[in-house]
Amino acid sequence: MRLVTELFASRELLTNLTSREIKGKYKRTALGQLWSLVNPLAQMVIFTAVFQFVVRVEPDVGDPSGLDIFAVWLLCGLLPWAFFTNVVNGGMGSLVANENLIKKVHFPRAALPVSTAAAAVVTWATEMAVLLVVLLLVGGRPLLYVPLVLVAMAVLALFALGFALALSVLNVYFRDTQHFMGIILQAWFYLTPIVYPAHLVADESAKLGPVFGRLTVFDLYQLNPMERFVEVFRSLLYDNTLPPVDAVLACLAWTVVSLAIGSWVFSRNEKRLAEVL
Amino acid sequence: MSTAAVSVDHVAKRFRVYHERNQTLKAAVMRRRRAVYEDFWALDDVSFEIPEGSTFGLVGDNGSGKSTLLKTLARILYPDRGSVVTRGRVAALLEVGSGFHPELSGRENVFLNGSILGMSKVEIARKFDSIVDFSGVEQFIDQPVKNYSSGMYVRLGFAVAINVDPEILLVDEVLAVGDSAFQEKCAEKFVDFRREGRTVVVVSHSMPSVRAMCDQVAWLDHGRLVETGAAQPILENYLDSTRNDVREGPGGSVRWGSAEALIDAVELVHGGQTVGAVASGAEVTVRVRYTAGQQVDRPVFGLAVDTHDGIYVWGNNTRDAGHTIDRITGSGVMECRVPRLALQPGSYLVTAAITDASTTHVIDFVRHAARLQVEHRVPGDSSGVASLDGQWS
Repeated sequence: MRLVTELFASRELLTNLTSREIKGKYKRTALGQLWSLVNPLAQMVIFTAVFQFVVRVEPDVGDPSGLDIFAVWLLCGLLPWAFFTNVVNGGMGSLVANENLIKKVHFPRAALPVSTAAAAVVTWATEMAVLLVVLLLVGGRPLLYVPLVLVAMAVLALFALGFALALSVLNVYFRDTQHFMGIILQAWFYLTPIVYPAHLVADESAKLGPVFGRLTVFDLYQLNPMERFVEVFRSLLYDNTLPPVDAVLACLAWTVVSLAIGSWVFSRNEKRLAEVL
Repeated sequence: MSTAAVSVDHVAKRFRVYHERNQTLKAAVMRRRRAVYEDFWALDDVSFEIPEGSTFGLVGDNGSGKSTLLKTLARILYPDRGSVVTRGRVAALLEVGSGFHPELSGRENVFLNGSILGMSKVEIARKFDSIVDFSGVEQFIDQPVKNYSSGMYVRLGFAVAINVDPEILLVDEVLAVGDSAFQEKCAEKFVDFRREGRTVVVVSHSMPSVRAMCDQVAWLDHGRLVETGAAQPILENYLDSTRNDVREGPGGSVRWGSAEALIDAVELVHGGQTVGAVASGAEVTVRVRYTAGQQVDRPVFGLAVDTHDGIYVWGNNTRDAGHTIDRITGSGVMECRVPRLALQPGSYLVTAAITDASTTHVIDFVRHAARLQVEHRVPGDSSGVASLDGQWS
């Protein structure tokens, strides 16, 4: 709670740090801010080439939207995932990168991971706006769901922020964290139905039957919070329908857990940062 | 207690001195514990108060904990025991330009840095011109700061920091930035600060600047508070403690130096006689008796006068006065004649020294070698330290 009031009091600092993040990132590049769109586009092209034309993954047709375009389907899951990794990676390094500042100036430390997250939100919002236009062009009807998408974006941002807060502190103590997370995120990416539809896992799981008591592999698979988030985003954007209630509840619950742990870890260690760094 | 701008109450700060620090996960897992360390108390039960409106110096040797204390006051470090209470907005000048982003322009960085230091956007906008003006980089304000010279960089950082408008300003040896014109500006700014009744806390190794600026000091040694109070006597005690060749001088005064030649006595001579008191405006000669155990080439004799409460009134040496001494051997006398003693009545202390030609190597230094009592003269000036012999018409 103290963290929130502190951050609110220094919201101008947050704005400035965020704009430093955004402006500083692509300074002196010819494409400038366009780079933030080029990355997901390049990923989209690569994944589409591999998973549609080589592996021949066939996601379900959007219901009720009737959309059947792999690249668009991919983007609906890929953009939230890319945002999540940006917040986690950026936030994780934010304290170490600003060591100099932390050692010399008093200000709410949480402003650093929060501002990197905020900068990622700005980039992500641009990407999502482009995706929205694409969806409209290919015949989707996502407009009605835009308010819900915004809510889902806010929830995912908070979920990712919880991770960033905890990992930023952990990374101060153990610099291995960032390298370790590189591997974890890679595995996590394939554990999440981004380049393949979740029903492939459901099918395999059904063949296997229950593994622990009545639990199936698919139940365990759905414990992955990012699986739930991708489900929500795909429902809203690609299928143009309301997401399943259990997915929504799971997302909210995970967000509460992540934020609680993140802010607890952060506020417990915040005062020691200047000497540990 | 309403007059204390900062109260430091039984503050202790512990650092861990790691013998083997696990900054990698491997090390942590392999040894199953975080690290092997020893506790080191950088501050140990330090208590004092900094009066509002004072310029307060923290002095001590390297490792005495003064920078740690300053960081604790700035709330960058937090004490393990005790508490620090500050009344009013605190700004710390620990490092200027921290938080500048090299790719952003000077203008953008002023706003960024200002908000890191706790200023609102409106406030920065209002002060923007004076910040830029103070820094003297207006021509380049829209250039990325990475193209700045290091001097410009520091000046801009300093200009932002000093415009935060704090009630309490914490400064760590950053006064030595920029060219002499800029230093002049900074010094003026500090004088303004003091005049406006703000509190300034300074950590510095430069004794002349502490002496010139501070009215109160706290002397720290190995994390403990040795003394706190009026600046002058404590600074002298501190300086004396840092000499490893300190000896007892004549009349219980403190002396140090390499002792190739020694000052035997400092006398005041008036009308051919040794005296203890002289009337204001009278002629007086300061006589220094010395014995040189070995030949000293090109020595410099120096004299200084302080008031009893520590105001440095006068300094003079043979080099600056253009009086070259080729060498001294054995016993002898040096005399410095003052035709008109332009001091107000009061008690003064005379310090005498013999140094080498560069005046950096001290051969013998006797603090407060003699007392100079200045007596009333009628008619005379009314008050103050100097007697300028004002004449009404």
